[in-house]
Amino acid sequence: MHGLVNRAIERFVRDTYGRDVWIETMGRLDLGYTEFEAMMMYEPQVTKQLLAAVGERLAKTVPELLEDIGTYMISHPDSDAPRRLLRFGGVDFVDFLHSLDDLPERTHLAVSDLDLPALELRDLGDGSYSLTVGRSKGHDLRLGYVVVGILRAMADDYGALVFLEHRGANAGQEVILIRLLEPAFASGRAFELGVGGLAG
Amino acid sequence: MTVESYPFYGFLDLLCPMHAVLDATGHVVHAGPTLHKVFQGKPLIGCRFLELIELRRPHVVDTMKGLRGCHGLRLHLRLREGLRTGMKGVLIALPADGAAPGPSGGAIMNLSFGISVVDAVRDFGLNAGDFPATDLTIEMLYLIEAKSAAMEASRKLNLRLQGARIAAEEQAYTDTLTGLKNRRAMDHVLDRLMQSEQDFALMHLDLDFFKQVNDTMGHAAGDQVLQDVARRILTETRADDLAARTGGDEFVLIFAGLTSRERLGEIATRLIARLEEPVMYNGEECRISGSIGATLSCAYDRPDPECMMADSDLALYAAKARGRACHVIYDPDLREDAPLRGVV
Repeated sequence: MHGLVNRAIERFVRDTYGRDVWIETMGRLDLGYTEFEAMMMYEPQVTKQLLAAVGERLAKTVPELLEDIGTYMISHPDSDAPRRLLRFGGVDFVDFLHSLDDLPERTHLAVSDLDLPALELRDLGDGSYSLTVGRSKGHDLRLGYVVVGILRAMADDYGALVFLEHRGANAGQEVILIRLLEPAFASGRAFELGVGGLAG
Repeated sequence: MTVESYPFYGFLDLLCPMHAVLDATGHVVHAGPTLHKVFQGKPLIGCRFLELIELRRPHVVDTMKGLRGCHGLRLHLRLREGLRTGMKGVLIALPADGAAPGPSGGAIMNLSFGISVVDAVRDFGLNAGDFPATDLTIEMLYLIEAKSAAMEASRKLNLRLQGARIAAEEQAYTDTLTGLKNRRAMDHVLDRLMQSEQDFALMHLDLDFFKQVNDTMGHAAGDQVLQDVARRILTETRADDLAARTGGDEFVLIFAGLTSRERLGEIATRLIARLEEPVMYNGEECRISGSIGATLSCAYDRPDPECMMADSDLALYAAKARGRACHVIYDPDLREDAPLRGVV
């Protein structure tokens, strides 16, 4: 598993629940270290153990935890990069939804060894969409609930009002139902193209 | 001429929003929406194009005729005012006979930011809608930002690994009880001195009566004696000397640049005096001393670390044989000393 995934879990726990909760959880796992490196690879098993331990410590099911992590990655002020990178996908929420098909390839351009699950959007008409989240190549961790969390936070970011539903997994694929109730419900957060990256 | 009255300009606005249409005299008759944004509301229509934007390459006469001569070439341009942002462009010279849309004898100039696009996007507050749908600028900005984020993560990892490497090296060269260097560090320093052909003095120091402290007062007392001894040795040596603990109560000292027998003798005498100052442990005095054997690289035609180590060790035996708490500097005559015959 790519270190970025474990690092995201770590940042979520540290930024939301504090250092002590993190150190205690890692201490219980007894991996011999207490921090993950974003740019190193780890055994997929480590991520599973980590999620189970964090879930137990926070009294959350793994799906709840994954969704919270997805939301955290987009909405926490300390991790602005994922939000900005996703905002490049489109000028409004619908445009963004359609850009999700390209997301694994886009990600691959930036971090070549990060394998994200294939995403496939279907327009069901009438403001409804279904998003199929495929399996990743290197591991069998289901990331659909992370996508739900990300979509929820991105909808907020664009100021769109949406209804999201995880429809369960089928033959290794997860399906998320997206109903766009109001594309411009609130004003959303500002996004300027030229403030990240080199300019920052 | 407006888009409403002339749909061709509407097509241009969509396909290349950063263009200008020039009439036969080189004045702007229409400009795309992004170009208007770049000029931040300043009126463009009716202005002479070359007074707004300077053609830097190719070098041609600063007239409409010169500009029309650049048809199809790769142009390098620059804003004349404000941030003087660099641009790339291509110009189509429109035929004089009205056979093409647009002003007869005029030109269409399409512009882009080229490599200055990252700054331009920020400076002019541009967004995705300001670039044609087929343009790769947004993808490029995305890549720059994604790569910068990934690079930053890698850079932090490198810094941490670097720190860990230095700490590991430091640890690998350090005797953990006393904080002095260890045998590995000593070998390393000897190699370096040999390679740089620097003169130095080599000293073997053995503690005397240390075993009695250990046996009668316990290992904790012994450890404290060793730590105190280490501190005293460090105060008697300079920063670029090496002090290593090479065995239980054995130390090796290397004095870089030292070539004087007298000076070496003074250092040994002072060291022994310092070692004889009592160490207090749980209110009890521990008394030890030390014996020193030493040798100087300048005494050899071709200094060899192994040979010098052996000679310095032999001198240490001689010091012990002379009743301890003294120092001996190696001399070939030592090998004739009666008490050492069995050792040599």
